[in-house]
Amino acid sequence: MRELLSEPLSPKPGLGEQLLDERKISVFDCYQCRKCSAGCPLTFAMDFYPHEIIRLTALGQEDLVLESNTIWVCASCQTCTTRCPNDIDIAAVMDYLKERAIATHRSIPQKNVATFHQVFLDDVRLSGGRLHEALLLRMYTSRSGGAMAKLVNGTFMGDLKLGFELFRKGRLRLKPPQRVRDIDEFMELFKKAKVWGE
Amino acid sequence: MKVSYYPGCSLESTARDYAESIQGIARWLDIQLEEIDDWSCCGATAAHSLNEFLALALPTRNLLLAEAVGLDVVVPCALCFNRLKSAEKVLLGPEAAQFESRYLTHIAQVNGLETGAQSEEPIKNRIYQGKIKIWDLLDYLTQEAVLSRITAKIKRPLKGLKTVCYYGCLVARPPRVTDAQQCEDPTNMDRLVEVLGAQAYPWSYKTDCCGAGLAVSRPDIIDTLVQRLYEHALEAEAECIVVSCQMCQANLDMVQSRISHKFGKHYYLPVLYFTELIGLALGHPGVRTWLKRHFVNPFPLLMRKGLLD
Ligand code: SF4
Ligand code: SF4
Repeated sequence: MRELLSEPLSPKPGLGEQLLDERKISVFDCYQCRKCSAGCPLTFAMDFYPHEIIRLTALGQEDLVLESNTIWVCASCQTCTTRCPNDIDIAAVMDYLKERAIATHRSIPQKNVATFHQVFLDDVRLSGGRLHEALLLRMYTSRSGGAMAKLVNGTFMGDLKLGFELFRKGRLRLKPPQRVRDIDEFMELFKKAKVWGE
Repeated sequence: MKVSYYPGCSLESTARDYAESIQGIARWLDIQLEEIDDWSCCGATAAHSLNEFLALALPTRNLLLAEAVGLDVVVPCALCFNRLKSAEKVLLGPEAAQFESRYLTHIAQVNGLETGAQSEEPIKNRIYQGKIKIWDLLDYLTQEAVLSRITAKIKRPLKGLKTVCYYGCLVARPPRVTDAQQCEDPTNMDRLVEVLGAQAYPWSYKTDCCGAGLAVSRPDIIDTLVQRLYEHALEAEAECIVVSCQMCQANLDMVQSRISHKFGKHYYLPVLYFTELIGLALGHPGVRTWLKRHFVNPFPLLMRKGLLD
């Protein structure tokens, strides 16, 4: 963050106000006590700390927050939200920013994380209501791209071995899960959720 | 005791050990688990990361099914529990009307109903009343009444088994969603473990995140988080880790050999479901089958302790 912000920022109205309007979360209540960041177990993998995301959101710095690693490596563990003295739902801010990053076609530095979430929802939709885990692994491996790179660096073998071990232990059900009965009604819920670009 | 049961997707597949142990001990404790008919996925981390509406709509569908049955609903998965509770809070909170009309507009459209004034009637019928309680399985099984049933049925106390209890994130946090009384320092699993005759050691990591949601997409992050948990479990002098969530279990169990390899240190910490420990103490014959499905083989430890033959 420090290197990124060597120049003073000019605050822009917009992002923080929209968050307040759409999700009833006020990042303007933050007084930068940093309790959220102090308790966050994922800071080692983040480019901005959680309190910095909150501040930058309040200052309307869309480019910085929407293209940050932080929003994608946040594990939604809810520690920050639980401890914030001003009751700011920081984890929900992260969710809002992820949703917005996709909706506004931002470049996403953590492609694999985003792809995994999308594949998960695709799986639930295609399977008719319940997640088919065996399908999830296959779809993710093919969609997360770089199949060649994966072959070379061994991740692919790792995935394969894991899948095989699960199967051997009777924990990878190949049979598709039961579909919900009123499938049209169920699909209707998904129509609102056109979050993937393809 | 009879309750509704919402197993969630992974209990039908990768968490089969957990599912079997739950069914096994429930029967022995005279608890009737009635699986909710036609349940669907809660949306998990994927939905709340990508689409707020879906993140509430998917659990809402299940809550409506559960309320129609009318019994309290028990949920073994921490993430499902958290999502159902999140939807409950919205459905019973100040935003309820707004969310419901969005939800029901969708359903109404597909059922050929007019949206707006004419459709008020069918819509009203489906509003969630909040008459049922959503239980986390651990909370449910550590009620006084259940604990005393367990105590009465113990055949083989788990003497000498040194454990730390790992609760994970989402059953506890955030308390305004989960209604957890002790979100920073839950104690009900520790208490259960001691009732079963084992030792539950204190440690500061019982609700620290293991990062399960990133297990597939960022395994490197998991290695750091989970190795930290192993180290602190060992520092607390535990020989195994007890969990109440299948994502925690998978995340701590499946990658133990990878982490050992990566950090050049051999970790041996079996990761056991609290329900498996109950089964073990009650002398349930299914225990061996459940434990065989784990990655880190718990048999050497349990045999050394004289808890399995
Ligand atoms: S804990 Fe709350 S008030 Fe403190 S820095 Fe974080 S968001 Fe701001
Ligand atoms: S929810 Fe995200 S930002 Fe908050 S403490 Fe957990 S990982 Fe950090």
